[in-house]
Amino acid sequence: MKKNNLKKILAATLTLALGVATLTGCGSASAKEGSAEQTSSDASATQEQSDSKVYRTLDEIKESGEINIGVFSDKNPFGYVDENGEYQGYDVYFANKLGEDLGVKINFVSTEAASRVEYLETGKVDIVLANFTVTEERAEKVDFALPYMNVALGVVSPKDKVIKDLSEIKPDDQVIVISGTTAETYLEKNYPDIKLQKFDTYATAKTSFENGTGVAWANDNTEVIAYAIENPGYEVGIPSLGSQDTIAPAVSKGNSTLLDWINGEIESLGKENFFHADYEATLIDTYGKDYEETLVVEGGKVADTSSEASSDSSEEASSAASSDAAEASTEASSAK
Amino acid sequence: MGFEVLLKGNNMLRLLTGLGVSLKISFVSVAISIVLGVILGILMALKNPVITVISRVYLEIVRIMPQMVLLFIVYFGTTKALGISLEAETAAVIVFSFWGTAEMADLVRGALLSIPAIQYESSISLGLNRLQTYRYVIVPQIIRRMIPLSINLITRMIKTTSLVMMIGIVEVLKVGQQIIEANRKASPTAAFGVFLVIFLLYFIACWPISMLSRYLEKKWEN
Repeated sequence: MKKNNLKKILAATLTLALGVATLTGCGSASAKEGSAEQTSSDASATQEQSDSKVYRTLDEIKESGEINIGVFSDKNPFGYVDENGEYQGYDVYFANKLGEDLGVKINFVSTEAASRVEYLETGKVDIVLANFTVTEERAEKVDFALPYMNVALGVVSPKDKVIKDLSEIKPDDQVIVISGTTAETYLEKNYPDIKLQKFDTYATAKTSFENGTGVAWANDNTEVIAYAIENPGYEVGIPSLGSQDTIAPAVSKGNSTLLDWINGEIESLGKENFFHADYEATLIDTYGKDYEETLVVEGGKVADTSSEASSDSSEEASSAASSDAAEASTEASSAK
Repeated sequence: MGFEVLLKGNNMLRLLTGLGVSLKISFVSVAISIVLGVILGILMALKNPVITVISRVYLEIVRIMPQMVLLFIVYFGTTKALGISLEAETAAVIVFSFWGTAEMADLVRGALLSIPAIQYESSISLGLNRLQTYRYVIVPQIIRRMIPLSINLITRMIKTTSLVMMIGIVEVLKVGQQIIEANRKASPTAAFGVFLVIFLLYFIACWPISMLSRYLEKKWEN
């Protein structure tokens, strides 16, 4: 008796749905059509610059009492979440200072490498402080403030056969790189004779390097330095290679009030050596004292400037999920 | 093994909160998908040429477009093109319902068409009217045929919610990655333990659904 009740109820509901559907005709179908059309028009319109401003000006942010800052939530030690659910790291330390000086509450948004530009283009965050490398390509879509960190390529090799210069690499030797990274692009362009061994993810590259399939591993210097410190048998023979890129805060294109304020803030913080303090609070455990001057940019002034900007993001690839990120970015661009 | 990192601070609680976020998004989407999918599936089975064309286009869009692209389009695209700022969770529910409705509708349509015409004819010759035919003959059979496939879809939807991290929603997998990365130096092998626990959490979430399906299938066997 009872066992058929549920079945009966279900059957009755479905019959009812069927009846309603037959009666109302294609009402819902046209609604579906509408939403499908809407999505496709979204896709074509993504590229268009909308006339209305997407961003919030400095005054609007102050008035609302809250600022949205996009940071990484899984890139230790730059932006991560500790065991109490609090955001921490080099980028976050700076973000907290910005919020404090602005006198507003910070609302951290967890961003992914592939979606950082989108967040700013849609004004869903006010500032991105997510290890954002300044590149020409990105500068067309967002406005970068003054830099607060250096990033370049680095090459790590085993301690007993340290490679201090790329010319030491013999014709038969292979160098490990992660596909889609600045390291790959740079070496292919400038050292076409060096044989590269390419891997899709950080994890496979690492395993392969540790098994000695390549004489050296080229990647972001922040990554190789951290690697050499964590793994005693290895040494960073070339700590800085190729174009010096910088990492800077970014705001939505055209948000000049906020941009000017951040620039002013970075300059005045330079006087109190704020970013050195930031380094000592967040990065020193990973990179040690030695790399402080290499990595930190104080007051927005880069010691050794180079206008050449790399074409690819460096930090996307440095994560273990690099293939995901790369996939996401291709998908994101194909969505346009 | 890496289990110790889960005991630090309120890491375990964060993981469970993340699971809650995943389940909330998937269950709301599943509910919407079932209702809209059943309606659309019935409409598709009517073989009206206009509906057929529209639903084919819709179905193809869903099949071809990766869910990730849909997420980007709905979350960022609506703001860029229409100036509407959607909450990330709303955008996620829209995308997952958009996907779920299409698949559900196709299941309903398939199940409906799999009932041989003779069943309709026999019912009518037995003196049942159209409504009774559906109520007592067709729908009970459809439900039985659809259960395994819809359960499949539902569990697939739950698992795919991990993509919502791309639009800034911190769900269970993202919390897991955060925990692993935060302890990158202290416990480099944490990944194994954390992912194992996440696997168990997904299992706990999906298993009762599979059990329910098996129970119903058995119950309605004849």
